Amino acid sequence: MIVPIIRTAMVSLRRDRAALALSFILPITFFSIFAVIFGGRRDTAPKITVIVVDEDRSHASQRLVQGLEREGSLVIRTRPGSNNKAVQPQEYTAATAEAAVKAGDAPVALIVPHGFGENPISFRGDQDRPAIQLLNDSSDMVAWQMVAGLLQKVAMTSMPSVMAEQGSEYLDQLVGGLTPEQRKRMEAGLEQLRQHESAGTSSSETATGNGPSNSGIIAVKTRAVVGENKNNPMVSFYAAAIGVMFLLFTASGAAGSLLDEADSGTLDRVLSSRVTMTALLAGKLAFNTLLAFSQLVLMFLWAWAVFKLDFFDHIPGFVVMGVCTAFAVGAFGMLLASICRTRAQLGALSTLVILIMSSVGGSMFPRFLMPEAMQKAGLLTINAWAIDGFTKVFWRDEPVSHLWPQVSVLLAIGFVLFAIARRIAQRWEYA
Amino acid sequence: MLSVPGGPIPSPLLPLQIEAVAKRFGQVTALDGITLELRSGECLGLLGPNGAGKSTLIRSIVGRVVPDAGRVAVFGSAANSAASRAALGWVPQELALYPRLTCRENLESFGRYHGLAGTGLQQAVAWCLDWSSLQDRAAELAKNLSGGMRRRLNMAAGIIHRPKLVLMDEPTVGVDPQSRNRIFEMIEKLHGEGTAIIYTTHYMEEAERLCDRIAIVDHGRIIALGTKEELVRDAFASRSQVLVRFADPADGVAAWVKQHGGRLVDSMAQFSVEHPTEIAGLLDDAAGAGLELVDVALRRPNLESVFLHLTGRELRD
Repeated sequence: MIVPIIRTAMVSLRRDRAALALSFILPITFFSIFAVIFGGRRDTAPKITVIVVDEDRSHASQRLVQGLEREGSLVIRTRPGSNNKAVQPQEYTAATAEAAVKAGDAPVALIVPHGFGENPISFRGDQDRPAIQLLNDSSDMVAWQMVAGLLQKVAMTSMPSVMAEQGSEYLDQLVGGLTPEQRKRMEAGLEQLRQHESAGTSSSETATGNGPSNSGIIAVKTRAVVGENKNNPMVSFYAAAIGVMFLLFTASGAAGSLLDEADSGTLDRVLSSRVTMTALLAGKLAFNTLLAFSQLVLMFLWAWAVFKLDFFDHIPGFVVMGVCTAFAVGAFGMLLASICRTRAQLGALSTLVILIMSSVGGSMFPRFLMPEAMQKAGLLTINAWAIDGFTKVFWRDEPVSHLWPQVSVLLAIGFVLFAIARRIAQRWEYA
Repeated sequence: MLSVPGGPIPSPLLPLQIEAVAKRFGQVTALDGITLELRSGECLGLLGPNGAGKSTLIRSIVGRVVPDAGRVAVFGSAANSAASRAALGWVPQELALYPRLTCRENLESFGRYHGLAGTGLQQAVAWCLDWSSLQDRAAELAKNLSGGMRRRLNMAAGIIHRPKLVLMDEPTVGVDPQSRNRIFEMIEKLHGEGTAIIYTTHYMEEAERLCDRIAIVDHGRIIALGTKEELVRDAFASRSQVLVRFADPADGVAAWVKQHGGRLVDSMAQFSVEHPTEIAGLLDDAAGAGLELVDVALRRPNLESVFLHLTGRELRD
């Protein structure tokens, strides 16, 4: 009796195309997305942008910067990017570099201070020598630790002459002075090493970051310039990221009432009254927007109450981002509902589209962990723009006026999706 | 909608004027040039089997179906115009309700969709609850109502704005006899107040009880129109029907029935006779042909007979 049951189940599954698609397409799609993000080829791995300000401009500091530039996993910027190639922007200063990290232009900045070259390396952990400042955005927990580790590695490989000089000084101090002959041979060796450095053959590239360390031979002071006063750094990110994903599910479910009403004949009856299709869809969009916004309010209030999110200090930004996100998400739900013929179709399509959008758009893991191509693809999703906007509000404490790119894109997405949904909904208007 | 060139100007006094309305869905002709007028305060029945085109005609009047040709005017206004929507009430065949809303909330919602508000809305809701005898179930969710109650609520939702013309598309489908009677009373009350009604059904008894005139619809055409008496008279004049059931209808019966000018429908032979005395001749012939009779009945023709006479099929085929 088992075989007939299997046969019946197989026939049923074959006829239910939505379930069939979910069973086979969804796992393959997700496997592919995760494989690209976490197990992809090396040349697609994300590079970390590091702003470098060399205030010292000594031989040692220049060697260090050159060494960092040779690191394949880093993109070193000494001046802001410009669209106008004729006019080169001014080099970063300590202040502008810090502002750039705060604005999210780069997750890390290194400030090599005046006097660094006089005593760049210490094997004794001297506290009074000038330390390199590592300014970081703590929302990216990976970047700064990787840069800190690479910095020590570059110091070891890019400045062998400096290390040797420092070593000979230690030796001189510890053994009570070298004989003239020993000193002469030491100087000859150091000269040879400098020539070798000048030939540019002393550095080897590090492909990936080693274990992060701040207690290396180069003194580094790490300071988070974004998020240093936050109670719980990642809560705002996840409140937005998870919130948007579930908003999408809720919106598509709520929009499905359109299909229920079409099925039951209620839609026909409503359209035979004074209500037009445009008014009906606009009403449902308004409801979906309100529902989604209420969900966001509840989510962030919960984050405030339980996870100490600074909610009440960011009300204006939250309202602006919340309304725009809810509007875009609501219109997305209307579009899905207008495309589908049945609730089952809507369930399958929304699961497929929303999970893909959420993984690519950064709702499941931060986009800065993704390869560059995937990060760009994320910009096609509502999730990415919403999360970026909420991050600006809650993480970077940016004013509402800075939200215009996210607001513009989300509103545009909302209007375009609604217009398409209205167009498709013509099929319900007349027979 | 296409207009009929040179057609008469629609009268604002007539609740409904339909002229040469045609509609095809792919290869299927749903409406094949229907022309019809509804008089003020009249209840007109559209009687026909499933798939005859009754619902398509109703949906054309409501504006939910756009005819390929012809014209529909409601009190002189084109179908789907604002004036037409205000004057029309539609009770669809489906239970087009919000199942998670109460009876009162359903009526309020549809009232608002028709532009009612405030006291006017509340008065309309109260009237509808009273009309449908649902006052004591006003706070009940629609999904929890019995089948008959849901049907009544479905009707009430269609007339919440007190239209002058009401279209009822088989409002008694799936309803038990007791609930059906209550629905008839509701319709009779509405009719008694002067509301013009189009009532579609494939139940002859309903059309006979409720309708002033009856249009028999088949294959998208009106094949007969008039009062019940007119329809019967036109089809049968003063003749009566003789119904004969045979013990073994398969054995040469069909040929014998045809030979005697009758029809064999579901093992029942039907003949029309001018005088009851003709029955004796029929029985003698049957006996002579060796056919064994089980049952013989004489009756006055009804709408069912008219439909069979006109189409050669039974109404509920």
